[in-house]
Amino acid sequence: MFQLFHEVKIDWLGKRRFFIGISIVLMLAGMGTALYRHRFHPNGTDAFNLGVDFKGGTVVTTRFKQPPAVEALRAAIEATGVRDAVIQPVLDRPGEFLIKVPQQAAAAQTDQNQTQVGVDPARARLGQALKTFGEGNAEILGTDAVSAIASSQLRTQAIAVTVAALIGMLLFIAFRFEWTYGASAVIAVFHTVLVTLGLFSIFQIEINLTVIAALLTLVGFDVNDSIVIFDRIRENRKLYRRMSLYDVTNLSINQTLSRTVITSGLVFLSVVSLVLLGGETLRPFSLALLMGILFGTYDTIAVAGPIMVWWERRLASSERAANAAAANAPRNSQRGGVKPSRAALAREQKS
Amino acid sequence: MKKRNLLQRTIIIVVVTVVGLYIVIGPHGRRPRLADFKWSGIKANLANNIHLGLDLKGGSHLVMRVKVEEYLQHLTENNAVAALNAAKDAGIEVKDAHADTTGGNYRVVMTIADPAKANDARDAVQKKVDVSDNAGWSFSASGPTLTWTLSGAEQKVLGDSATQQAQKIIESRIYGIGVAEPTLQRRGGQNSHELLLQMPGISDPEHVKQLLAGQSHLELVHVISPPSPAPVQTFMTKEEAVASLNSGGNIPANRRVLPYTERQDLTTTDQSANAPRPQKWVVVEAPAIIDGIDLSGAQAIPERAGGDRYQISFSLKKAGADKFGAWTGANINEFMGVVLNDEVKSIAFIKSQINDQGEIEGNFTKEQGEDLALTLRSGALPASIGYSEERTVGPSLGADSIRSGVRASLLGLALVVFFMLIYYRGAGVNAIIALLLNMILMLAGLILFGATLTLPGIAGIILTIGMAVDSNVLIFERIREEMRSGKTIPSAIEQGFAHAFVTIIDTHVTTIVSAIFLYFFASGAPMIRGFAVTLALGLVVNLFSAVYVSRTIFIWLLSRKGGRVESLSI
Repeated sequence: MFQLFHEVKIDWLGKRRFFIGISIVLMLAGMGTALYRHRFHPNGTDAFNLGVDFKGGTVVTTRFKQPPAVEALRAAIEATGVRDAVIQPVLDRPGEFLIKVPQQAAAAQTDQNQTQVGVDPARARLGQALKTFGEGNAEILGTDAVSAIASSQLRTQAIAVTVAALIGMLLFIAFRFEWTYGASAVIAVFHTVLVTLGLFSIFQIEINLTVIAALLTLVGFDVNDSIVIFDRIRENRKLYRRMSLYDVTNLSINQTLSRTVITSGLVFLSVVSLVLLGGETLRPFSLALLMGILFGTYDTIAVAGPIMVWWERRLASSERAANAAAANAPRNSQRGGVKPSRAALAREQKS
Repeated sequence: MKKRNLLQRTIIIVVVTVVGLYIVIGPHGRRPRLADFKWSGIKANLANNIHLGLDLKGGSHLVMRVKVEEYLQHLTENNAVAALNAAKDAGIEVKDAHADTTGGNYRVVMTIADPAKANDARDAVQKKVDVSDNAGWSFSASGPTLTWTLSGAEQKVLGDSATQQAQKIIESRIYGIGVAEPTLQRRGGQNSHELLLQMPGISDPEHVKQLLAGQSHLELVHVISPPSPAPVQTFMTKEEAVASLNSGGNIPANRRVLPYTERQDLTTTDQSANAPRPQKWVVVEAPAIIDGIDLSGAQAIPERAGGDRYQISFSLKKAGADKFGAWTGANINEFMGVVLNDEVKSIAFIKSQINDQGEIEGNFTKEQGEDLALTLRSGALPASIGYSEERTVGPSLGADSIRSGVRASLLGLALVVFFMLIYYRGAGVNAIIALLLNMILMLAGLILFGATLTLPGIAGIILTIGMAVDSNVLIFERIREEMRSGKTIPSAIEQGFAHAFVTIIDTHVTTIVSAIFLYFFASGAPMIRGFAVTLALGLVVNLFSAVYVSRTIFIWLLSRKGGRVESLSI
């Protein structure tokens, strides 16, 4: 039998300070970059490189039979009155360009045609510009135009979806396990989302609707990993009633380590194939998943467990204090007092 | 006992597989032919069965917003004019009546000369104009100023009905020009006033947008002029026309001053063409005799047989025809104008009573004429529309996406298969069978529910490959553990499945919960919905393929070797 991890006895919780330290550093690096970019705009960047979905504007994908120089293309576009166009050649498809045009605020106001207020008439203008390179030379493959209002709605919606999904999972885990488990899984996953977003800020990868889908998938995968471990903890606590929560958690993480690594590795393989062959359109999506899978795995092992143990212990000690108080006041204890948590019982049995 | 159980399981799996396969690659709605089992037939059926989203098939995705503020403003303005007329008819002296539509409020404000007549004025107005409490308007008076305010609730109701009306009109216009398989639906809640229009196969939506923007509000009006045989009274400038009204530079509520372009000049519906043309002005009576609502039909016909210039011939509904007949009968020799979008298109004097037919002459080209007739037939939009999202995908971009999506899926699948065979050997075959079955059943589910496959949907499939294989990894790792702890192979398998099953259910339900959230919150983004649907379907199917099927294969392996099993390839 070919086995990846055999009888591992790693004290994961013992290294919690180290792990959580790394997590915090990564998170702060990303958030710090975002804040720095937000405040100082180095090279004209913003905190996040938002796509048209969330910022408004127009993207036109075009293909030339005989591609012109980027400068000539830019000149032709500016001649039609469209400003600040970003022209980006598609790397894996020669002759293809993405032309990104920010929301033309001034142009929209002076535009006489009232029905056009909303999205810019940038597509029509770019169409004119492309015609100057010869009839039939350029072909518009696709466009995305989103108005400022719609993009801010999408932005709100994206945040709402992510938060709602997190709350939904928190409730489900709280229902299946205990709410401390749910909270630690959700904190861990939230951390992954933050780190991924931070990397998107550092590398200025575009954030569009598909990235939100990727983040939600991450949330799903990451919580799955935590659940596998929690399931094992729940099972082990019935089996080894005398073992402390600390040891049970370590044991459970180690027992499920093969599964965690194999599964994450396989998902990672699928995602790598998506990054390699999925094409330009899906690139931000695939990259978000790629980073998220890496950090999600790390997170589950290194962050979710320690947070849960720390929380349960705090609860246990506060409950013990409450119990002690109840024992000192006999009247209270006659009414039943406070039921000690399983964690508290486990610790008492051990001592 | 075990044998029968195995037989039963095998039958279920075979039936599900065959049905699933047939749904995916079989012909729908007809009997299968021999050609369906050839490679080309299978490919054709597969392409037929799976509904591709716009991002893969190519087409346009437009989000429109009906500007209901505009509708409410018109409504309030019309009510103000009507209120003025009603009060005057009742003999009340009115100083001023106007619509106040600032700050999201819609008010009719009327100032009368004698504050003591406030109640009379109110009754007179409410008898003729629909601004009563029942219609959602609340009345208040302070001194000589009377105010009717439209309630917030009624604004919502009216906005909602205006959006619904716009949806119907847009629908008939889209069908009118023969867009294939368009979908038009309300987007967001009742208060969003947004419509989502999807048109597969149309990668340049400019013509459709022009057509939808066409307001085409037709009116037949009485032109103020000395009667025929005198020529119709026209003015060279707007100022002259206004001056002729003798009301101190203002236009009274029962008159309108409209531009009129004479017949010989080239007239187009394209308002952006600013070619200088001799334009005159005429004074017409308000309100119009006949409104666009009274139209029963409109058609573009050549002005002369075989000519390339078109005119619109229209006919009126019964109610409109009666009104029109009565008016023309009483006004022989008066001038009547055809007004389209606040522009007088033609003026004619009335020779005799006209009942239900008329023409709009305007030197239209064939396409202009047909578009105009269509917008007239479908009626006027209650308010204009704006576009808040416009996405188009050309057919070649869609095909590229399919190609790269399929390639990525196949590579992902191959890598996973390779690893599983190396790592789990015999049991790896289990996982692969389960995985393939998962793919087939997921596609069958997509087809069965009529869901569309989008680019993020393909990504969802690739992720399902990961999730599906995870279930098997969980089970196999557990079985290995049980074997290490010294259990016999049958009981290790038994225990492995039992323990892993709890975890599998938990992980699947959490991910399905997040997919459901994704589905409901992403109402505005069909692409993301496609992702949520494939993910959720894949997970549900997985409970069958990864757990039930894989288990059956193990049972079969055990029963083949008899009661005593010494080793298991896992």
